[in-house]
Amino acid sequence: MSTTSNTPAPSEFERLPWPRPPEARRERPSRSAWQDAWLRLKRDAWAVGSASFLGALAVFTLAGPLLWPIDPAAPSLARLSELPSLGRQVRVVAKDTPETAARAATETVSRDTPETAPPAPAPGETLAAPPPAHLRLLGAPNVLGVRLVWQALPGAASYTVYRAPGPALLHAQALGVPLAEVPASPQPHYQDSFELGPGPWLYSVVAQNSDGDESPPSQPLKVDLEPGMALGDALSENAEARLGELISLKAHPMGTDSFGRDLLARLIQGARISLSIGLLAPLLALFIGLGVGGAAGLFGGKVDLWVMRVTDVFLALPFLLVAILLQVTLGLPPLTALVALSWVGPARLVRGQILQLREQEFVQASRLLGAGPVHLLLQHLLPNTLGVLLVAVTFAIPQAIFTEAFLSFIGLGVEPPAASWGTLCNDGIRTFLTSPHEFLFPALFISGTVLSFNLLGDALRDALDPKLRGRS
Amino acid sequence: MMNLRGTGSTFLFIGMTLGFLSEGFLSAAEKAPSSGPAILRMVVASEPPQLNSLLATDQTSNFVLGHIGEGLTRIGARGQIEPGVAESWKSTPLRFTFRLRENARWNDGKRVTAPDFVHAWRAVVDPATQSTTAFLMAPLKNAEAISKKLLPPDSLGVRALDERTLEVELERPCAYFLGLTAASTYFPIREDALKKWGTRYGSDAELLITNGPFTLTTWVHGASLALKKNPQYWNASQVRLDGIETAAITTDLGAKFNFFKAGKTDLIEQLGRENLPLALREGFRMRAFNDGGIYFLQFNFREGRVTRNFHLRKAISLALDLEAYVQRVNGIPGTPVAHGLVPSWVPGASGQFREEFPRPAPRQDLSEAKRHLELARAELGGSIPTLHWLTTDSALAVREAEHVQTVLDRALGLKIRIDSQIFKQRLAKSKAGQFDLVSATWGPDYLDPLTFVELLKSDHGANRGKYSSPAVDEALREAQSETQAPRRMAALARAEKLGLDDVAFIPTIEKNIIWVTRPELKGVIRHQLSPDPDFSRARFEP
Amino acid sequence: MNGFFRYFLKRLALGVLTVFVLATATFTALHLIPGDPLLSEKEQTPELRASLMKQYHLDQPPLVQYGYFLKDLSRGEFGISFTQPNRKVNDIIRDHFPVSATLGLLAISLAATGGILLGSFSALRRGQALDRATLFWVILGVSVPNFVIAACLQLAISEFNQKTGTEWLPVGGWGSFHHRILPAIVLALGTQAFLTRLMRSSLLEVVHQDYVRTARAKGLSPLRIFFVHQLKNAVLPVLTYLGPSIASVTTGGFVVESVFAIPGLGRYFVQAIQQLDYTVILGLTVFYGSFLVLMVLAVDLLYGLVDPRISLEGRTR
Repeated sequence: MSTTSNTPAPSEFERLPWPRPPEARRERPSRSAWQDAWLRLKRDAWAVGSASFLGALAVFTLAGPLLWPIDPAAPSLARLSELPSLGRQVRVVAKDTPETAARAATETVSRDTPETAPPAPAPGETLAAPPPAHLRLLGAPNVLGVRLVWQALPGAASYTVYRAPGPALLHAQALGVPLAEVPASPQPHYQDSFELGPGPWLYSVVAQNSDGDESPPSQPLKVDLEPGMALGDALSENAEARLGELISLKAHPMGTDSFGRDLLARLIQGARISLSIGLLAPLLALFIGLGVGGAAGLFGGKVDLWVMRVTDVFLALPFLLVAILLQVTLGLPPLTALVALSWVGPARLVRGQILQLREQEFVQASRLLGAGPVHLLLQHLLPNTLGVLLVAVTFAIPQAIFTEAFLSFIGLGVEPPAASWGTLCNDGIRTFLTSPHEFLFPALFISGTVLSFNLLGDALRDALDPKLRGRS
Repeated sequence: MMNLRGTGSTFLFIGMTLGFLSEGFLSAAEKAPSSGPAILRMVVASEPPQLNSLLATDQTSNFVLGHIGEGLTRIGARGQIEPGVAESWKSTPLRFTFRLRENARWNDGKRVTAPDFVHAWRAVVDPATQSTTAFLMAPLKNAEAISKKLLPPDSLGVRALDERTLEVELERPCAYFLGLTAASTYFPIREDALKKWGTRYGSDAELLITNGPFTLTTWVHGASLALKKNPQYWNASQVRLDGIETAAITTDLGAKFNFFKAGKTDLIEQLGRENLPLALREGFRMRAFNDGGIYFLQFNFREGRVTRNFHLRKAISLALDLEAYVQRVNGIPGTPVAHGLVPSWVPGASGQFREEFPRPAPRQDLSEAKRHLELARAELGGSIPTLHWLTTDSALAVREAEHVQTVLDRALGLKIRIDSQIFKQRLAKSKAGQFDLVSATWGPDYLDPLTFVELLKSDHGANRGKYSSPAVDEALREAQSETQAPRRMAALARAEKLGLDDVAFIPTIEKNIIWVTRPELKGVIRHQLSPDPDFSRARFEP
Repeated sequence: MNGFFRYFLKRLALGVLTVFVLATATFTALHLIPGDPLLSEKEQTPELRASLMKQYHLDQPPLVQYGYFLKDLSRGEFGISFTQPNRKVNDIIRDHFPVSATLGLLAISLAATGGILLGSFSALRRGQALDRATLFWVILGVSVPNFVIAACLQLAISEFNQKTGTEWLPVGGWGSFHHRILPAIVLALGTQAFLTRLMRSSLLEVVHQDYVRTARAKGLSPLRIFFVHQLKNAVLPVLTYLGPSIASVTTGGFVVESVFAIPGLGRYFVQAIQQLDYTVILGLTVFYGSFLVLMVLAVDLLYGLVDPRISLEGRTR
C-alpha cells in the first residue's frame, strides 16, 4: 500500500481465476426485497400473533357453522339473556294456566274472607294509614309464576304491586318496578310472571284511593325462586325432561341474546357479514381512491384541479341521503353506499402524498431516465404512500362494520333474524348493565379484528421499509 | 395473547363505570328541595315547532300550550271535565251555551271574552290558516263545508251573544264535544295579537299573549324554555309552582336519566327500557302510567295482496302469543295485552267502554292457526309468498317484528321480511301500500272510543291497508248520529267487533310508561290527552 | 405572487361551482327519494294537503321548484323549515352553528394536539411499550361506538358528581366552558385516534431520511431536528385529513349533541333527514359544502407553505 496516496496503483490489483475460489466469495444468499420483507415479518412476534388471530378468525367464520351447528335464529323465551354457561341444570316445573290461577284465587276468597265487599270509598276520603297487610303467597311459587293475595283495604280503589330484586330493599321507598295496577275486590290477588328468573325477589303492595292518594307500602314479601323451566320449553332442550326432575340444558358458551338465541352461533353468522363488508368496502374504496388520487397527484395541474372538485362534492354529500337514495330508488345494497362515499378519504390522502413525493429527487431522477407515469406511480410513488394508506384501510374496517349496523337499523342492511357484529353490538348495549356479555363478545371480536389488522399493518410497513433494513 | 391485552383495556374502561355504579346507590338522589322559588325542572324531547294554538300538533307544543293557555274546559286529575274559562254551561244535543268567567284574564290583564273564542275557532277552520288539527272542529256546524271552501269561515256555528256568553251550534250531536273544548285547538286567541304579528305569532316568547296558569318567559331555540306562574290567571291561588323550566332538550332517554340522577331535573316522564335496571339500583320510586296509545298490526287489503285472504289473517292472529310478548319480550312491566282496538282506559256510556263491551283476551291457538293456514293455502293456490312487514326504525318496533317473525316461522312456516324504515320513508311506503303488514300505533285525539274505532272507516287516513267494510262504515255512521250514549256505544262496539272478527287489524298491546319523580314532588297529573304531564296542580312538599 | 393570486381566484370560482353542483345533486336526490316533507301521521284532508303543497311550491314540477330554489340560493336564502314553520333555515344556522363551532373547535384542537403528540411519540418509540399502549388506546377509540363512550362517560360523571358533591363537570346542557369539556372529549376521540396513527405512520417515513441524518450529523439538538425537519415533513397527511374534519366536526355531531343535550346544528340535520325537511337539508348541505370547500382550499395552500417544492399548478410537467 502506498504511503503517499490513498489511491491504489493498478499494479496492486490481481485478476482472480474464474470461477472464483470459495474463500474469495463475499456474498450472502441473494434475496429479493419481497423475500427480505417476508423474513422480517416472520421474525416479528406481534405480526405472527396478529396473523394467527386472523387465521383463527377465518376458520371461525368459514368452518364455524360446521364446528358449532346451532341455528343462530332459534329463539327460546325461557332462556333470555343468559350468561355464558356449559349445561346448567334446572328443575322442570308446572305452569299455571290462567284458569287454574283464577280458580285457586276464588277458592281462597270463599275460604278466607266473608262475602262482603270493602265499603265503597267516599269521594275525597283520604286513604286509611295502615298499609295493605298480610301479603302472602298462594300455592308454590316458581319462575313461571308467583301468585300473591292480600287483604282488601277499606277505601282502596286499586292496588299497585311492586317487585324489587332481593335480598333487601335499598330503602323503604324503593319498591322496585310497578308490575300492575289491580282493581279493588274483596280478595285482591295478582299473578306475576314478568321476566321472572331465579333469585330472591321482594314484593310489596301500595293501595290508592280514587283521588290517587297512596297508602304506605306493605311489608315486603320475600320470595326465593330456584331455576326452573316449563315442560314444553324443557322438552326442546332435553328430550328426557319429566315434570319435577332436574335436567341439564344445552350449552351456550357465550350465553344467549335477548331472544334466547345462541350468541356464539350468531357471532359466527355475523362474522361472515361483518368481515366481508368490513374488508370489502375499505379495499374497494382504497382502489378507487388510489386511482383517482394517484391520477390527480401525478398529473397535477388541470387534472388535479377538476378531479379534486369532484371529490369535494362527494365529500360534502350527506351520507344518509345517498344511502337511502341508492337503496330505495336503485335497490343497491348498503355496501355500494359505503364504497360510493368512502373512497374520498384515501383519494385525498394519496393525492397529498404524491404531490409531495413527485418533487423529491428520486422521482425526478426516475423521470429524467424516461419513466412513464404508470411506472412512476407503481414503482416509486405508491410504495412510499403505503404507510399512510394502511392506516386509512385499517381504520375503515371498524367504520364499515358500524356503518353497516347503523344502516341495518334504518332498513338498509342485514334483515332480521340475520345478525352482523355491528347489529349484535347495538342490540347488546341496551342490556349492558344486566347482561354485559351481549355487548362484550361482539365488541371483543370487532376490536380484536381491528387491532390485529393494525398490528399486521404496522409490521408490514416496517418490513417493507428499506431504511429499516437490518435495524430491528 | 395480544387480543387479550386489547380487551383488558376495554374491560378496565367498562369496569370503571360499573364500579361507580355499584357503589353509587347508597347515596341515591336524596336532594333536599331548595328553599327558593318552587321551580319544576324537566327535559323535553323536542323543540316546539311553534306555539300558535291554531297550528300546534306535536306533543311538546301541546304540553307547553296546555300550561300557558286554557280553553273553555280543562281535564281534571281523574280525566273528568272541569270548568276552565267557562264557569258553567247549558246544552241541548245540538247547542251549547257557555258562560265565561268574569275574572278570566289574558296575561296582559285584558279580559278573556267570547269574541276571542269565536275568532280563534274561525281561524282554525279557515283553509287559509292551513291547520292540520282543523278536523277536531268537525262537530261544529258548517266546519267541514268551510274547510272545503264551500262556505266562508264566519258561517261557523259559534257566536258571541255578549262579552261573556258563547253559543255553539253543532252539525250533529257529538257526545265528546265538551271534552274537545279543553284541547289547545279550541283555545281562545287575541285577534289584535294575531294581526300584529301575523305568521310570526307564537314563534318566540315575546310574540304570544296567553291566558293559562303559566306564561312563557324565555324561549332559547333548541336549548331551553322557561315558564313563570301567571298572576293574572283566574285560579292562580291553586297554582303552587312558581315556574317550570326545561333543563335541556333531547330525545336521548339515557341523558334524561342522567340529568335526573344528577339532580338537574325533578322528574323523568318516561324511563327507557334500558334504564329500568339503573333506576332499580338507584332506588327510585317508579310509577306506571297507561299512556293511552295502542299498538296494532294492519293488513294490506289492496288488490293483489295475499293478506286480503281472511284465513291467512286469521292464522296469523291465532299464532301470536301476546301474553309471552308482554311477559318476556316487550320489557316494560305492567304492559297490558290489548283486548280490542279501544284500550282499557277509554270511558264508555257510564263506566269504561272495555268493561261495558268486554272482549276475550287474545289466546294463542296453534292448531286452529294451522287449520286456517291450510284453508288459506288452498284458497291462494298452494304456497304463500314471503310477507313484507313494514315498521319504523325504533328498537322496540324492530324487536316486536322480530319476535312475530320467529313465532310465525317456527309455528306456521310463514316467512316474513322485516323492512324497517325511517319516519317519512315508512309513511310514504305505507301510504303507497307497499307492504303486507305494517305495525302502527295510535293515540287518542279526543275522549271517546270513536277516536280508535274510526280507524276501521274505509276512508280514514290512518287505515293504511285500505280495509273497507260496508257493515263497519254503516255502524260508524249510526254511532255518529246517535244521541243516546248506551246505543251509541253499542254501535261503536259493533263496528269494532265486525272489524276485528274480520281480522282487519290485530291490536297487540296498550302503551305503558314507567316514570319517576322526586319524592317531594306531588300532584303531577298524567293525561292520555295533552297536556301530559300536567303540572298545573303540582307542588313540592318537604 | 401574481400566479398564486390567480390560482387562488380560480379555486374560489371553482368552489362556487362545486357548491352549485353539490346543491343540484342534493336537490335531485331529495326529489328522487319517495315521500315528501308534508306527509304526516295524522289525517290530512285533500284540501289542506293541496293548500300546503301550493304554499311550498311542491305542486309544481321539480324543474320549476329547482328554479325557485336557485333564486333563493342566489340571494343566500334557503327558505323556511317545513318542520319549524316559523323559522328560516338561515335562523337555524345562525342560532346553532356558533354552538357547534365552539364545541367543534375545542374538539378539533384536542384531537390535533393529542393526535400529533401521541403519533410522534409512538413513531419515535416505535415498537416499544409506549407505542403499543398508544395503539390499544387508539383501537378503543375506534372500535367502541361513539354513543357508547358518550353514555358511559356521562353515567360515570353523574355518579362522580353525586358522590363528591362537586359539579365541575356537568352531565350535560350548554353554557359555561365546563359544559364543553366532556362532549369535546367524546367528539375528539375518533379524529384523534386516526390522526395519531396517521402521524405515526408518516413520521416513520421521514425519521430516517437523509436530511435528518445530515441534521443529526451537524449536531443539531433532537428537539430542533424533530420540529424543523421531521414534523414539518411528516405533517402533510395530517393536514389533508384535518381540513375536512374541521368542517365536519364544527358543524355538529348528532350523537354527542343528543346525549349531552347541546343545542347544536347536528341534531337539526339528522332530524331534517328523518322528516325529509327539504329546505333544512339543502340549506345545511350547502352551508357545510361551502365551509368544506374553503377548508380544502386552505389545506392546499398550506401544502405550499409546509413544503415549498409542492406546486399545485403542475408547472413541473
